[in-house]
Amino acid sequence: MSEGKTFKIAVGPVHPALKEPVQLNCEIEGEQVKHVDIELSQVHRSIEWIGTRRNPVQVVFLAEKICGICNICHTLCFCEAVESIAGIEVPARAHYIRTIAAELERIHSHILWAGVAAHELGFDSVMHYTWKLREKVLDTTEYLTGNRIGKAIVTIGGTKRDIEEKQFGKIREACNYYRQNFSRLRDIFLKDPIIKARARDIGILRRDDALSLCAVGPTARASGVKKDVRQDEAYAAYPDLDVKAITPKELLGEIRGDVYDRIAVRLLEVLQSVELIEKCLKQMPEGKIAYESKLAKVLSDVKQLKGEAIGRHEAPRGEVFHYLKMVGEETPYSWKVRAPTYNNILSWIPMLKGAQIADIPIVAASIDPCMSCTNRAAIADGKELGNEKLHRLSVEKTRSLKKGPGSERGNCN
Amino acid sequence: MTAMLRELLKQLFKRPFTNKFPSKRIPESVNGFLEKAEKGKAKINPAIPVPEGFRGRIEYYREKCIGCQLCTKVCPADAIVFLPKEKKVEYHLFRCSFCGQCVEICPVKALEFTKEFLLADYKKD
Ligand code: SF4
Ligand code: SF4
Repeated sequence: MSEGKTFKIAVGPVHPALKEPVQLNCEIEGEQVKHVDIELSQVHRSIEWIGTRRNPVQVVFLAEKICGICNICHTLCFCEAVESIAGIEVPARAHYIRTIAAELERIHSHILWAGVAAHELGFDSVMHYTWKLREKVLDTTEYLTGNRIGKAIVTIGGTKRDIEEKQFGKIREACNYYRQNFSRLRDIFLKDPIIKARARDIGILRRDDALSLCAVGPTARASGVKKDVRQDEAYAAYPDLDVKAITPKELLGEIRGDVYDRIAVRLLEVLQSVELIEKCLKQMPEGKIAYESKLAKVLSDVKQLKGEAIGRHEAPRGEVFHYLKMVGEETPYSWKVRAPTYNNILSWIPMLKGAQIADIPIVAASIDPCMSCTNRAAIADGKELGNEKLHRLSVEKTRSLKKGPGSERGNCN
Repeated sequence: MTAMLRELLKQLFKRPFTNKFPSKRIPESVNGFLEKAEKGKAKINPAIPVPEGFRGRIEYYREKCIGCQLCTKVCPADAIVFLPKEKKVEYHLFRCSFCGQCVEICPVKALEFTKEFLLADYKKD
């Protein structure tokens, strides 16, 4: 191939290296990625649309279905928004239970991600090993909430279940388990020469790029941006816990903003979550777990709300943001969900520039993308751009081409 | 020696972590195997018991239901449909997301969680 000649390859939308549909249009020169363009919107579930046809009590659990891995973050954000519109005060104990659930979720998400990252690098034994460690947090979640994944514990004005004194033992046991295994995970991921070769100085996101592209969560923190909603705008029980945003400096002594740093930040955050849970158990106050224990009463309390509010939470992948507007009807007038992947996706462009084709999977996975949570329906003229309309547009275009000049070729390309 | 290699060598002398449910060897068809087990022709390798308060399949006690429709108002998945003629409801397992709101709101405890979790099937009924 002659010098300087580039060609395009499309990775995705359905691709074995990407777990969810997204398309990376890469411009390649030899083995090197010169430029990347990202095409989103390959998966829609119309969750927001469904949400505007349900009452807030129902939407709480609809929000939980936005993401399987981080479902507390969506229910929490939505509940925060409803609570602030309705002026509901959440009891202190409920805040602690919410925090414990949210931190368990972070442990789960980060360990799951570490397994996926190992798989992308071709280390399937490491993947199975990490996922073996993940079982403990899932068992604990099941023990506390009644299911492994769908926790259904956060509700408007508090939580559905209490965490009782007698359950503390199992939670502490899980905390100790992760504390003990942390050094093992650290050695496996950070001391392995091959993982180091594949992750060090690969997919670099510089600090100023992270800032200008509004990256969030571990992606931003691995580049040295100290932002964390738990620290900056503490909510739930976090004001009592004194959370500090974690950067790779604490473990590695320097910040390079590469894939390796992002692994280190997530591993450190597992340890941080363990500490937060232990603190919560120590400080948990007595009291009610919800402002109102009768669901029927909650249902009538949120029936005719008026106003708008937001909810924010530091999810495992970064900041989640919900906007809610109620206009005195039973159902929300508007509900907007912004998942952290939305912010992080543009970081792929600087990360992938100059990378090799073989690095695309691990760099793409390093921001822990979640496309189904990110994509939203396309709305044109206030109406959904449905199948029929799209088809009509297409027919119209063909017709106009037929009429216009050059139509004999049939195709406008 | 890398840390992972050490773990792998150690694993050689340990029992597998996974609980082999429902059978020790992969059956040709899981459903077929379960059917056989029901008839007593095959033996199920027991699952790890689910904890107290597990949210499994929902049992609907039709005779208890007073048709107040509260459950339909809180179900996020439209899994419960009201039958106006009979003043009862119909529960659709395949739509349920096991959130537990209906169980919580039912004034006469006509809906209850069971510990059943083997719910995947080819048929919707
Ligand atoms: S558990 Fe939830 S989803 Fe299932 S029927 Fe009850 S309210 Fe509906
Ligand atoms: S809430 Fe209970 S009693 Fe009322 S309709 Fe539903 S199942 Fe029947």
